[in-house]
Amino acid sequence: MTARTRAEPPSEATTRGTMVRDTWTVFQRQGRPVLRRPALILFGMLQPVLYLALFSPLLEGLGGPTGEDARQWFVPGLLVMLALFAGGFAGFGLLPEMASGAHERLLASPASRVALLLGRVLADVVMVVAQTLLILVLVVAFGFRVAPQDAVVGLALLAVLGVGLSTLSYLAALAARRTYVFAPVVQGALMPLMLLSGVLLPMDLAPGWLYALSRLNPIAYVVDAERALFAGEWGQAVALGWAVALGLAVAALAVGANAVHRSAR
Amino acid sequence: MIRTRQLTRTFRSGKRTVEAVRGVDIDVGEGEFVALLGPNGAGKSTTLRMLTTLLAPTSGTAEVAGRDVRAEPAEVRRRIGFVGQGHGAGDDQRARDELYTQGLLYGLDRRTARRRTGELLDLLELDGVADRVVTALSGGQRRRLDIAMGLIHRPGLLFLDEPSTGLDPHSRANLWEHVTRLREGFGTTVVVTTHYLEEADGVAERVLVIDHGRVIADGTADELKGRVSGDLITFTTEDEDTARLGAKVVEPLPSAGAAEVVEGAGRDHQVRVRVERGDAALPGLLRSLDEAGVTPLTVSVSRPTLDDVFLTLTGRSLREGE
Repeated sequence: MTARTRAEPPSEATTRGTMVRDTWTVFQRQGRPVLRRPALILFGMLQPVLYLALFSPLLEGLGGPTGEDARQWFVPGLLVMLALFAGGFAGFGLLPEMASGAHERLLASPASRVALLLGRVLADVVMVVAQTLLILVLVVAFGFRVAPQDAVVGLALLAVLGVGLSTLSYLAALAARRTYVFAPVVQGALMPLMLLSGVLLPMDLAPGWLYALSRLNPIAYVVDAERALFAGEWGQAVALGWAVALGLAVAALAVGANAVHRSAR
Repeated sequence: MIRTRQLTRTFRSGKRTVEAVRGVDIDVGEGEFVALLGPNGAGKSTTLRMLTTLLAPTSGTAEVAGRDVRAEPAEVRRRIGFVGQGHGAGDDQRARDELYTQGLLYGLDRRTARRRTGELLDLLELDGVADRVVTALSGGQRRRLDIAMGLIHRPGLLFLDEPSTGLDPHSRANLWEHVTRLREGFGTTVVVTTHYLEEADGVAERVLVIDHGRVIADGTADELKGRVSGDLITFTTEDEDTARLGAKVVEPLPSAGAAEVVEGAGRDHQVRVRVERGDAALPGLLRSLDEAGVTPLTVSVSRPTLDDVFLTLTGRSLREGE
């Protein structure tokens, strides 16, 4: 450190970052704390497991509306619920980084703007897939029946849904900036999305106006698709669910890419 | 390295428009160490955020490291290092991982990123805590990690926004020692914002005084002090008559202002006079006093502080806000 070495020229000599490389870098950054403490994966699983243990038995007592096997009906929707909350709350991870200056530091770097968002989103998606897979293993161990190829396509659909939800959650966090603004907004959005999705009880039981409302809820289509998939009924419901999830993901990413571009301009 | 013309930023706050930065022209050459000094809310950080592409200018132009901040923000980012006001490392990350990640994001290949991570941890004395989670680090250690992240790609230009806020005096001195050393090693241009007078005075080579979104003075700390207030020469005499005679003697000296006699108790009668350069005026002053038969008991020369400069320029003290 004594000689006046200009060392290598600042940046010309180094490789240029690309969006794919930066996305992978951000993805790994997000993943590291989880790999160090794998128990974090279990955190998000608590709520669905509680529903499974303490709510689904009620459905069996109900009989009728959910078909003869309540658990076969309930589990696919439960996985959607897990994806809904995990994706919806994703923005909570960004808020402390916005408050501390870590997000600003990343924005000041030459990293691709899209990568800064996409890396986080993909890390969230991997987390959701891991969690749903664990739940699936758990319920299969207790007698849940699903064909492997149906489960794979079902989890893929959840991953696509997760991309859209997690992106939207980051957008909300970027706009809200503060936890006390973000938390009620997200809660206020997620609760009706869950209640109107038919996760807990079939929407067929709903009065006309409520059923009509549920048809405006994109999550409801994904729930229908998952139920059809897990029952091995590849048909219109599956196609519709995929279309809705893909549409949501593409729209959210388009808005998100635009927002991250603007956020630093 | 930096050239701005009429750089302006306004914010809308409700129905009011706040002019945070009003037409700032800044020129910084390669290798300079410049401090932006001003009270909180003067527009220092807003200026810095525009120069680092974190904020778009409302109007005006800024060229940083040879690239226009609006036309080529990504190219500007590649060429500069930025250490913000807050902490740049994620709370649940390890120091080493954050530094390595930062290297990759600045386009270094894995090997180089790993090597520089090791070097910087060493250089900033963080090697002992490198594998700890960031929240387990002390304030000074976290700040040094921030600096390390700003340096991983060896930028030719480094921006530091209030780098020493919240640090104890020891860590603060330590921090500046590190920055100065790095600068000597790599010839880095450094731009720092601060509201600590001592920092602008003792560390930076050139000071831009900013107030209400404008640059109101620009020069070395010595130049600013010399230009604005002049030095204060104070001598004491045995009795009041001698003091009055002394005042009459010093007033006609070149560059001296009006001499002020302050009566003291007993033998402590003071004469105060402002001159352009105290160190240069003192020999002549002593000779004149001697010729007039005035024998001072004590003589002192005090240089004005940057706070005197700020006070003269704005009528307010920089310390008021603290």
